[in-house]
Parts: sequence; C-alpha cells; structure tokens
Amino acid sequence: MTLYLLCLVLFCVGLYGVVRKRNLVKIIIGLAIIEYSMNLFFVLLGYRFQGRAPIDAQGQNILDMVDPLPQALVLTSIVIGLGVTALVISIAIRIYEKYGTFDITKIKKLKG
Amino acid sequence: MSGAQIIPLFVIIPLFTAFFTSLIGRFVRRSLADILSTLACLILLILSFCSFAALRHSGSGILVYKIGGWVPPFGICLVLDGLAAFMLVTVNIVAFFVAVYSISYMEKYTDKPKFYTLLFLMLTGMNGLIVTGDLFNLFVFLEIASIASYALVAFGTEAEELEAAFKYAVMGSLASSFIFVGIAFLYGFTSTLNMADMARVLNDKPSVWLIPFVSTLFLMGFGLKAALVPFHAWLPDAHPSAPASISAMLSGVLIKTLGVYCLIRVFFNIFGASQSYLSVLMFLGALSMVVAVILALSQWDLKRLLAYHSISQIGYVVLGIGLGTPLGILGGLFHLFNHSIFKSLLFLNAGAIDYAAGTRDLKEMSGLKEKMPVTANTNLVASLSIAGIPPFNGFFSKLLIIFACIQKGHLGYAIAAAAASILTLASFMKVQKYAFLGPLKEKYKDIREAPLAMKSSMVGLAAICLLASFLLLPPLKFFLDQAVNVLLEGRGYANIVLEAAAR
Repeated sequence: MTLYLLCLVLFCVGLYGVVRKRNLVKIIIGLAIIEYSMNLFFVLLGYRFQGRAPIDAQGQNILDMVDPLPQALVLTSIVIGLGVTALVISIAIRIYEKYGTFDITKIKKLKG
Repeated sequence: MSGAQIIPLFVIIPLFTAFFTSLIGRFVRRSLADILSTLACLILLILSFCSFAALRHSGSGILVYKIGGWVPPFGICLVLDGLAAFMLVTVNIVAFFVAVYSISYMEKYTDKPKFYTLLFLMLTGMNGLIVTGDLFNLFVFLEIASIASYALVAFGTEAEELEAAFKYAVMGSLASSFIFVGIAFLYGFTSTLNMADMARVLNDKPSVWLIPFVSTLFLMGFGLKAALVPFHAWLPDAHPSAPASISAMLSGVLIKTLGVYCLIRVFFNIFGASQSYLSVLMFLGALSMVVAVILALSQWDLKRLLAYHSISQIGYVVLGIGLGTPLGILGGLFHLFNHSIFKSLLFLNAGAIDYAAGTRDLKEMSGLKEKMPVTANTNLVASLSIAGIPPFNGFFSKLLIIFACIQKGHLGYAIAAAAASILTLASFMKVQKYAFLGPLKEKYKDIREAPLAMKSSMVGLAAICLLASFLLLPPLKFFLDQAVNVLLEGRGYANIVLEAAAR
C-alpha cells in the first residue's frame, strides 16, 4: 500500500510542476514525472511480493509469477512518453528561438 | 472470414503511406507525393464503404479480425461493427477531401512530404482507434494520433503556432496519463485488456468503487480530448493555429474520434451506461453547447470563431448521445457526421480566404463574394447547415436532438439547444456580413479564387452537406441505425464480439 501512496505522491509532484511552474523546461520535467509515476503504478499492479520472473523453463513448477503483461505494456508506454517528451522539448527550443525566454507569463501572443 | 480481411487495411494503408512519403519525399517531385496521398485516401474511402457492404453480407452485423490468429481474451482483435463502420466513413470522407485540398493549399509551406507523413500518421491513429477491440491498443493509437496532431499544430513554426502546440501537447499528454491510469485500474481489476472480455468480467463481478472512479478518470481524459467545456481551454488556440486543412481534420474528426467515440465506446459498451453517467454527459454537453457559443459571438478571428463553434457543436453531440434513448443517440451520431462535414468545410473556406486574401481577421475582409464566388457559396451552405436551417443536414440532426430532449422530459436542455442554435445563426450571419457581403476593399482588387483542387474539395463537401439530409430516409437509414444499435446493445457487445470471434 505504501508503494501505491508513494506513486500518488510522485504523480502529485509532477502535477504540481505542470500546473504551478512558469518555466517551460520545468513543465516538461513535470510531465515526465507524471509519465514515470503512471508507469511505476502499472508495473506495481503486476508485481507479486517475492515473485519470480515469468520465464517458463522445462521441469519447473512456477507458483509465484510476476504478471508479465503490465511490463510489456509499460515498455510501450515508455516509448510513447519518450516521443511526447522529444516533441515537446523540440517545440520548447523553437519557442525559445522566437521569444527569447522560457517564461510562460511572457509567452502570450495568443489572445483570449 | 473473407470480409474481415479488410479491417487491418485501415491501419496498414495510411501507415505505409506515411512511411513511404517521408522516405521518398526528398528525392522525387512533389506531385508524386500528392498523387500517392490522394490515391491512398481514395482507397481508404472506398474501403470504408466496402466495410459496410461486408457488414451487411456477414449477417451478424459484426466482423472480428484476430491478429496472428490469437483468440480474443489473449490476442488483440480488430472489431468492425456498425459504430466503427460509421466512424470510418466519417473520418475517411473528411480525410479524402482534406488530402485533395492540401495539394494546392500546402504549396506555401516548405516541406510537403513531411506534412503528408504527419497527416497519415494521424489518420493511422484514428482509423486504428476506431477498429481496435483492445483497450491498451486503443491507448496506443490514441497517442499516435495525438502526437501527430501536436506536431501538425506546430507545423507552421511561427510564434503563435508553437505556443498553441505547446499548450496543446501539455494538456493532451496530461489527458493521456489520466486515460492510462484508468486503463491500469481496469486491468488490475479485470485482468484482461480486451474490451469485450472486460465488459463480460465487469458484468460477472460488479464493483462498487471501481466504475465511478475509472469513469471519472476517463471523463477527464477523453473529455479533454473532446474539448468539453471545463476542459476546452486548449482548443481555441490549437485549432486555428494549424494549417487550414489540418484545422479541418482536427475540428472535423479528431476531437470526435479521440474524444466522443472513445467516451461512448467505453461508457456504453464496457461500463454499460447507467443513468448517473448519462446525466453527467448531458450536463457537460449542454454546458459546452451554451458557453462556447457565447464565447464564439465575440470573436473576430475567423478560425478562432470556428474553433469555439466546434466546442459548441460537440456539446450537441454529447447531449444527444447522453440522453441514452434511441432517438437521442440517433440525433447525436447524425450530428457527429454532419458536424464533421460542415465544420471541415468551414475551415477549408477559412483557409481559402487566407490563401487568397492573406487574412483571418473578419474586420479586414469585406465583399469577397465578388472575387471568390465558390468559397462564398460553399460557405453559405456550411453556415446554414451549422445554424440548422432546413433543408441542410444540420437542421435535421438538431431537430432530432431537441425532439429527443422533449421526449425524455428534459425541457430545459431542449430550450438550451434551441437557444444555442439561434446564437450560432447570429454568429454565422456576422461571418457572412463581414467576410462576403458589403463593398470590396481596394486592396483586394487583384485577388483570385482558390485553385481547382481547393475548389473541388469545397464543392464536394458542400454537396455532402445537402445530400446528408437524405440519410434519414429509410433506404439509407441503416447507415445510422447500425451505429445506434451498437450503443443500445450496451454490455451485450461483449457476447456479440466473443461469439463472432469464436466462429
């Protein structure tokens, strides 16, 4: 249970970064932290205490197997997160070229 | 099983085209990329009509394609039912006209093959999302479509576009993480990711806390993607900033497939819609409908005005579907189809004006009807459709939604829908007055009508606006009825899919 709560804390840290910070880079870091907390949570769902790797070897009777599916899914999710982060960072770099600042209070050419 | 073979093509063809255009785009002439992309969209359009024929042939009204031959609870399966076929037709009609339009419109941007790559990746995401029968697969396709759309919003790489894209990307990935955590909870509870199997397990093993909690997460996630009112802040920035053809795609189909389609698929077919969620949906729908149209009234940037109207019209769709009655769902889905046609037409018109006159500000333009008759007339058709003037398609779908509200006893929502419709009419009168009527300004003496490719796609969409009214007639009504039946089926979806897969 503690692990899940720590996951939630991590999520809140990320959310704080996204919502409260003014620097674009810090917002991106916040996004990445949210991403990690989600992945961690999903892996935890498949975890068994003192479980073993889900490798089916000959002549072995596997009892406490870790669920392999969340691990596969999280791998996909990490790649997606990488894609989003890369795109957002490249947008942030171009914004810096145009505005000369990372401060979101100064980046407001869009109205209403 | 021959009918089911066409289902994976909806993912393969756009994915292959995306790969191919980016691969050869640098070495061959641009016209080849144009031909390739238009051809791919045409094939997809024809295939989506074929999928209807295949559905009718199959008898059971559902086709299941098992990837790699794995039986559903274990492998990923692609499911084509009435709702999926309906959405496929909607998406691919708009995509085809947008691809034709882009041939001329995207000339002013530097890298056309890359544009096509992103466009087709987005199309891959949307088509895949519609046909998939696996919840995690749905998430992956959703992310493909979203990431491509973030990049497309930033495609012009001007200051405003980058700013809008950043905002959109941050909000979008936050929404995705809500959806992801919702999927994680569902998986933790049901130990399956197949949507049909999940519905079956949830039916056998009811849970008090899980479904309300997960539906809140999904409502935030998909609601943000659909830009329902409390979550709409990104849309009026993102949609106008993209190139016009992409605005048409985003407003026309992306918010509907990523938002509304996922929302209704999950709520109706997995959770088995209960009255309390439906009331939440109805409330959010009515709220978006009214708030967004009021915000739209004061806009002077043509594309921003259209973007606010997208939120408002999505409100109609969600209100109609949220009613949960056959008539309401019929109206909602019909409005979804109609809105994707006329809203993409309106954005293409805005793009044509931008292309010819170089402005998006309504105060700047005047009397353009004289110089751009095709744009002006198609815009008139689309404006009348969106405002709900008979005999255009928008009138019938709004009428159905209002009738359904009254039938169910929600008189307040019916009045709100009618009022929002009147305000929509007012705001499009403004567009007509400032953009097309009045005297022609001196500086627009030399402008010319948009090129042939742009004109033909605008005329095509305007024709569909008129013809779509006939969809309610009995010989064609199966198009909508099949989709409505899937939603009315509720959790029965599980048995239908699993039986079809076992065959």
